[in-house]
Amino acid sequence: MTRRVTLLLTIALALPAGVLPAQGLNPAVLLRPATDAWPSYAGDYTQRRFSTLTQIDTTNVRHLSLAWVQRLTAGPGGDGGFGPRGATITGGVAEEPVTIPGSTSGSPRLSGSILQVNGILYITSPDNAWAVDALDGHVLWHYWWKSRGATHIGNRGMAMYGDWLFFETPDDYLVSLDAKTGQERWRKEISDFEQQYFSTTAPMVIGDHVLVGTGDDLDSPGFLQSFDPKTGELQWKLYTVPMKKGDPGLETWGSLDAAQHGGAQVWMAGSYDPETHLYIIGTGNPTPAYTAMLRAPKDVHTNLYTCAIVALNVDTGKIVWYYQTSPNDTHDWDSTQPAVLIDGTFQGKPRKMVIQAARNGYFYVLDRVTGEHLLTSKYADAANWAAEINAKGQTVRNPEKDNTVPGSLVSPDNGGATNWYPPSFDQRNGLLYVVLREIYSMYYSTTNDPRLMVGLGGSEQDNVGSLGTSIVAIDYQTGKLAWKHRLEGGGGATGLLTTAGGLLFANDGAGSLVAYGLRGTQPPTPLWHSRIGSIENAPETYTIDGKQYVLVTAEGGSVYAFYLQ
Amino acid sequence: MHARTRCWTLFSGFLGLAATTLGRPSLAQNPPRPAQATQAARGRPERAPDYPVRAPAPPQQVAHGQQLFRSNCAFCHGSDARGGETGPNLVRDVIVLRDQNGEVITPIVQNGIPARGMPKFTLSAAEISDIAAWLHAQPLSDRGAPSTLDILVGNARDGAAYFSGAGRCTQCHSTRGDLAGIGAKYDAKTIQNLVVSGGGMGVGRRSATPPKVPPTTVAVTLPSGEVVQGELDHLSAFIVALRQPDGTYRSFARHDSIPKVVVTNPLQWHIDMLPKWRDSDIHNVTAYLVTLK
Repeated sequence: MTRRVTLLLTIALALPAGVLPAQGLNPAVLLRPATDAWPSYAGDYTQRRFSTLTQIDTTNVRHLSLAWVQRLTAGPGGDGGFGPRGATITGGVAEEPVTIPGSTSGSPRLSGSILQVNGILYITSPDNAWAVDALDGHVLWHYWWKSRGATHIGNRGMAMYGDWLFFETPDDYLVSLDAKTGQERWRKEISDFEQQYFSTTAPMVIGDHVLVGTGDDLDSPGFLQSFDPKTGELQWKLYTVPMKKGDPGLETWGSLDAAQHGGAQVWMAGSYDPETHLYIIGTGNPTPAYTAMLRAPKDVHTNLYTCAIVALNVDTGKIVWYYQTSPNDTHDWDSTQPAVLIDGTFQGKPRKMVIQAARNGYFYVLDRVTGEHLLTSKYADAANWAAEINAKGQTVRNPEKDNTVPGSLVSPDNGGATNWYPPSFDQRNGLLYVVLREIYSMYYSTTNDPRLMVGLGGSEQDNVGSLGTSIVAIDYQTGKLAWKHRLEGGGGATGLLTTAGGLLFANDGAGSLVAYGLRGTQPPTPLWHSRIGSIENAPETYTIDGKQYVLVTAEGGSVYAFYLQ
Repeated sequence: MHARTRCWTLFSGFLGLAATTLGRPSLAQNPPRPAQATQAARGRPERAPDYPVRAPAPPQQVAHGQQLFRSNCAFCHGSDARGGETGPNLVRDVIVLRDQNGEVITPIVQNGIPARGMPKFTLSAAEISDIAAWLHAQPLSDRGAPSTLDILVGNARDGAAYFSGAGRCTQCHSTRGDLAGIGAKYDAKTIQNLVVSGGGMGVGRRSATPPKVPPTTVAVTLPSGEVVQGELDHLSAFIVALRQPDGTYRSFARHDSIPKVVVTNPLQWHIDMLPKWRDSDIHNVTAYLVTLK
């Protein structure tokens, strides 16, 4: 009894007030490179997805074998899989949930990051969350949210604070669960379902903030919100477009009404730099997506802060600096891709930088302290829509490659040169590995009246060919490709992981998880593979009791864990 | 009112996927169309609408609402409510989106918004409810709907010259052979997409059967020197699989470029052309081919 009290006191004293994790997450873990845990969306705040682990390396990876597989089921019957069954915990505001395959029944789509904290995995799919034993994959609890609808395209994962978990539902709630039991602590509506917002983002915990984005395919304003992890109270809300007279950036819009409907959704988790206390996000495209005629009738109408990298103060939610990658975009190519924080030299000078391979096919390097632009380069050879790179390093549209009535042949296609697929930065040689798609579409404008173009309307896009999908290595110092490895299987866009063991883990587009041996500026060599079905998320790695695991999801609601036998 | 956009999404997405040779579509955040197409293609049941669907109002009420809108509101907001000289687009407006039967709109119409120059109107709650019924009947977005506009802008004579000249189309195609009568078989936009894709992609939104394209083949040279050829079934860094002309399936492990694998895609010319096309040449060749009735 006395010992237990002493122990509790010790834990309590070692942690910030209000947090008493027993098997919960020590917040200090969030600030260090992920080794024995994967405590946040990208493992750590830098979004590098570079693991310092070396147990699995190029010499032994051929012995990598299955530790366990789990098949998860969505919906009220989703407690099962292999292992003992428990009751599903039900939440949600809908009296009669909308029937959605993959949410209310069937195989969930597991495209998000999986948290691993103290030997327990926390897994999400739209409307579903599971706690799973990381040693054998058996389900500890399952939570199911009765949905009122919305776009069920994916869920990018959970965030954790002490013993509390946070995740978003497609129908626009932030839900907090008790990590031990899966019981709901509270829920908060984060965006307006009637305006067709839908929520997929992995929340980010930074200090005493839960940072939460949302998404929308109609003409609605984007924003980022911060909630109190304890109570769920709103701390601040930052709109990413001007919402009233006097707001900064209003002069970059055709009208206030256009700005208020201008998009710039924040649907991906950002990066965090503890030194500057800046949260760095990429913002979505302007809306309506396929015409700039009303929102940007003149060249000065760049539509801030759409398609931008934005740094904000975590405590206040105020913008500190921004850099717009694509002024007045007309192709639905957002700049929400991970903003990766790197340290190194640039043109001989030490710099703290943020780099992004954007959906539009271009690569950007900024100074992350000041927002100063350092470099823009094209990493997608096929990208043919830009007329020039201007003095600020921004890509400037060629109007002939907009949606046109007679049709224009444009690359990338709507999905972009890359998309949500997490890239990986190899800090040993300064290369950013990115999944690159080089698909061409005919872009047709379906109306001559821009007023009729709402949201993603007014455009027909027909895919007419592809140069293929590749993994490319971008040298951040020059912006040039060190290598381009074509995926012969054709598809294969999910996400990447690099390790200090010299390995790159990736989806090969032919149904396999592949481990490549990295050879610096030479193309990588495929060393190991396992054909487990279409890969659905970015691979992760961590140690449990000193043993290194590689974790990945595949079609059919499958979770696979590999290790060296 | 949001349901009608969904029909197009499912329809075009499904057919689009059937025609594509890209394999699994990218599951991008935007748009969700490919994800839904994937579900449809996997034979899952048709899903429920994503967003709230209002029960359609009686046609008389909608017609009366339209009449009232035209005489009271259209001057500022446009006769289709999608924005005019001074008034914003109401169809996508948050007030209209949140409104069910006029309950949110009524106080605004009756009180006006003086700060934004909107006067008050002496309309009854019942009349405004009719206006709301008409507003809610307007399609929100035609996302996924195909273009019905005339896409022909090219010059047929220039297209003919390009076809047999710089475009080198005649190395594979003939206007008396495979392309005979193509202008009668497909609409102009399908022909244009086919000009670029060569037949593998870009068809399917309309009912026409896509042209038959010879399959991709592969030749595998074994260490013994034996060459095994056939239709490519599956290719990765680790395995190559094919089907021989007699239907026999063969698969081979690949290791360090052994065995030697040579893939032949009959559409390679079209793929190589993708970065080279000028849109004007595409438009001109299309204008030429549509004349081949």
